[in-house]
Amino acid sequence: MTDVAIVGIGIHPFGRHDGVSGAAMGAYATRQALADAGVQWKDLQFAYGGSLASMLPGNEGSGSGTADTLVNELGLTGLQFINVSNGCATAGSALAAATQAVDSGQFDLGLAVGFDKHPRGMFNADPASAGIGQWYGDLGFMVTTQFFAMKLNRYLHDHDISEQTLVKVAAKAFRNGALNPNAWRQKPISEEQIAESRLLNHPLTQYMLCSPDEGAAAVVVCRADQAHRYTSTPVFVRGVSVRTRRFGTFEVFSPWLSVEETESPTVDASRACFEQAGIGPDEVQVAQLQDSESGAEIMHMAENGFCADGEQERMIFDGETEIGGRLPINTDGGLLANGEPIGASGMRQIHEIVLQLRGDAGPRQVPGDPTVGYTQVYGAPGIGACTMLTR
Amino acid sequence: MRRPVAEDLFTWPDEPAHLIGSRCGACATVVFPAQDGCPKCGAVGMARTELGRRGTLWTWTSQDFLPKAPYAGPETEDDFGGYLVGYVELPEGVRVITRLVDLERADVEIGMEMELVLLPFRTDPDGTEVIAYGFRPAA
Repeated sequence: MTDVAIVGIGIHPFGRHDGVSGAAMGAYATRQALADAGVQWKDLQFAYGGSLASMLPGNEGSGSGTADTLVNELGLTGLQFINVSNGCATAGSALAAATQAVDSGQFDLGLAVGFDKHPRGMFNADPASAGIGQWYGDLGFMVTTQFFAMKLNRYLHDHDISEQTLVKVAAKAFRNGALNPNAWRQKPISEEQIAESRLLNHPLTQYMLCSPDEGAAAVVVCRADQAHRYTSTPVFVRGVSVRTRRFGTFEVFSPWLSVEETESPTVDASRACFEQAGIGPDEVQVAQLQDSESGAEIMHMAENGFCADGEQERMIFDGETEIGGRLPINTDGGLLANGEPIGASGMRQIHEIVLQLRGDAGPRQVPGDPTVGYTQVYGAPGIGACTMLTR
Repeated sequence: MRRPVAEDLFTWPDEPAHLIGSRCGACATVVFPAQDGCPKCGAVGMARTELGRRGTLWTWTSQDFLPKAPYAGPETEDDFGGYLVGYVELPEGVRVITRLVDLERADVEIGMEMELVLLPFRTDPDGTEVIAYGFRPAA
């Protein structure tokens, strides 16, 4: 358990924003978070920020430099600004670092922010950046969605889950996205359309896979005992964890896997987060899980301890993960409806949980006045990051 | 002229080919391709080893859109027909990534017996044929 509170949140709508730089979106989200907390940029003592676009090939000219370039827009106040780069787990890692900075007693008030601006189409990565020979890219293996599909195919095979379950997860994401004015995809898509859309990597169709896009989100954090100065609705960070892969996990960009299988970094991060919080999975009332594709949400339900392997199909068919269900998952539409600006994606999850715990989520508000929320991101090359938030 | 897509991925040019991995002298972990340090126990000096030519399909998927760079295949958007990929589990206790060839997707089954094959991948501008490895259903 930490003694840290989130007292301000901000978000720049996700999607396509031609002519708006990544840094401008980051500044927009930051200003909104500052206003929400009733503080000014000059009041902040530190910031952790992530923006990966400048480090990915094909992103030249995105106007999305490293996160600390935000100070040019927001003010050169001399604060400690540390850039975070942890793949799709970047924002979760930034919040973890920000929480630890306050919890250590070093600072009282600071920011965690993420933004990104990616070109259209799937990510393309350089094998050398992952420590792999050029042959791996030459032969057409350097494709993240292949990994998603291969992990998923094995999982569906081992746990007897139907492809229709994947369809239902995607349909839920777009239904929830339609209730979220900051989402990229705000139109429901029927199960038939999802099932019949273009097959990209068996069994994943176009609408079951998230796409890179643009956006930003930010949160202001402070010492829990000072939260009342800034807000009447603080949300407390009860647990925050980041774990990397151990030997024997199945990760993206792997020329080989060991037959000796180990639980994923998400499992490790999740257990650490629950333990730190002293809260069990059965107490969580709303969760945002990494849904890079429909199957990721299904696998992450089990990896985060919310069910046993294979129970997902029944839970999803029974509507348990819908807004209004027993455990609403990805109430803002998740990655499927919001796309993935890598640096911002996890911060969007935090933003959504804070809204839900404040009771400010509007038409997508989880009923029953939820007090416990959870987030999880997974990133290459094998990073899990989780947070537990309570009111 | 023919050349392998990379040095030290598989034995060349004598056939039948074997993938080249390395085995840790301390903990017996086998990896592919060969590397020096053991990712399990950290011991240095892993020994090069030729991997078995037959194994079983552990998982798979299809690639139904033309990958962006760094993909170096010969296809264009107009003629890209997709390909199958998977991990094949070899007797040494390592699962290797591979193209799956001579196989229709309707016939793919996790656990099926596969065998190593070398195959033409593309042709360099100077006419050199680039050779890759793949796995096909075992005879």
